[in-house]
Amino acid sequence: MNKAVQLQLEKEPNRKLYLSTIGIILAALLVWSFMGVNITGFDPRGTQIASNIFWGILSPDLAFLFDFRTAGGVPYLLFETIAIAFLGTIFGSLLAIPISFLMSPSVVSKPVAFVTRLVVIFIRTIPSLVYGLMFIRVTGPGPYAGVLTMSLTSIGMISRLYVDVIENLDRGVLEAMTSMGCNTYEKIRYGILPQLFSNFLSVTIYRYDMNLRDATILGLVGAGGIGAPLIFAMRSYRWNEVGSILIGLVILILAVEIFSNKLRSKLVNG
Amino acid sequence: MRETVYDKIFKPKTYTLSNGKEVKQHASRMPFILLIVLFITIVSWEVTGVDLSMIRTRGYQFIVILLAMFPPNLNFMSNVWGPLFDTIQMSLLGSIAGALLAIPFALLSSSNIIRNQLLNGFFKLFLSILRTLPTLVTALIATFIFGLGTMAGTVAIFIFTLSYIGKLMYEHIENVDMGAFEAHESMGLSKVEAFRYAIVPDVMPTYLSVSLYAFEGNIRYAAILGYVGAGGVGLLLDERLGWRDYPSVGMVLLILMLVVFVIERISEYFRMKLT
Repeated sequence: MNKAVQLQLEKEPNRKLYLSTIGIILAALLVWSFMGVNITGFDPRGTQIASNIFWGILSPDLAFLFDFRTAGGVPYLLFETIAIAFLGTIFGSLLAIPISFLMSPSVVSKPVAFVTRLVVIFIRTIPSLVYGLMFIRVTGPGPYAGVLTMSLTSIGMISRLYVDVIENLDRGVLEAMTSMGCNTYEKIRYGILPQLFSNFLSVTIYRYDMNLRDATILGLVGAGGIGAPLIFAMRSYRWNEVGSILIGLVILILAVEIFSNKLRSKLVNG
Repeated sequence: MRETVYDKIFKPKTYTLSNGKEVKQHASRMPFILLIVLFITIVSWEVTGVDLSMIRTRGYQFIVILLAMFPPNLNFMSNVWGPLFDTIQMSLLGSIAGALLAIPFALLSSSNIIRNQLLNGFFKLFLSILRTLPTLVTALIATFIFGLGTMAGTVAIFIFTLSYIGKLMYEHIENVDMGAFEAHESMGLSKVEAFRYAIVPDVMPTYLSVSLYAFEGNIRYAAILGYVGAGGVGLLLDERLGWRDYPSVGMVLLILMLVVFVIERISEYFRMKLT
């Protein structure tokens, strides 16, 4: 081999010890987690139920799936879920704007940013179901509780991503505007807002995608949406209904995902 | 910018520059977008029955539970550790298994590795459909198949991780610069070797950091899986909430928060190192 190449190759730091330590820790963790999870294999009735689910999805309850008239049909439930996720995302993203400014070290001082971060972690760790139960005390069961829960649980991720946007602002634009003699209002209006707006919007759309998926969870505590009928149907083994709901849900989420990806790539590319 | 119907209705402003050239400024689409958003907001508002005055009049009810959690019931701490470790073990095992299986899935979905559009499309669709299933629903189905307990939760986390990492990885792999791969091949390396030395080093850091991120999120997800009987700390939460034993709930949440915080720190440290 070429001597220069050889020399360069030998310069590479020896990371074997470091990597093998991490490897051993990982292996130990894996073994530990195997001990904790009792691998039960299939429940005796498991295969039977699995095939029931499969057939249920293949032969959905069509009358239920295309029931456009009553409030109990799949289309209306999906519509309600869309509405809950939409309002939740809107409220959440509006609340996240001030929080994200308070969280970015380039806007406020370090201690303030740190404290806000802790608060956001605090908000984020409480499972959404607990919030659901808390909000139901305020609003009574129904989609409204779902909206409030969704707003609160969206804040964490949205504000974290907003902070990234704020930190990555192109300051060159601002300097250029200062040198042109623009005042503060003009700098914010033409220098900062256009940069923030499309990126914030992109984050928000992304979160909407996720909220739509998470909205099914809310049904568990009675906070509206399609989750409750789905879980009731499952617990009472009505697999045809489960099939229709799952089909509706999958199609909706896929459609929204495709649409939101298109929209976001358009936003980012201008 | 292309002329669209929108521009025909709202005519663009025309400026004449000093050199006689005409420049068009298209009318902003903002009002249009805002109008749509406003419309959807109003419809959703009606459908969900949002009533802001209720927050003012009954908002204190939200704080009631929160206040009841303080001070947390310290005696309950010893009951938390078992289910908490279950939760961590579930998400660890599910994440590792999911991350490992995501590799072949991601490769099969990437059109620049496996040149078979039918196969790519099939696996991409499969991952997408898996991703649409909410974790809680997968967990519930898993409890029917595997019985109540940690196994069901592990399976749910495994499926979610597989779909999540699989999708992110095939997107990354498809954007890899294939030049290095071709260069290695032209030097006489086999396809596998070229893959090992050209693609793997490029993809590896992303893979590891995405996996860590997924693990981080999974702990939080795993915490609620107990609600459907899939084991872990959620079971405890469900039980204590049912009994309205809020100080104990507060204890569970406090410990959960600490653990999530520590794990996030560790994972963030390694992810920073990877990038």
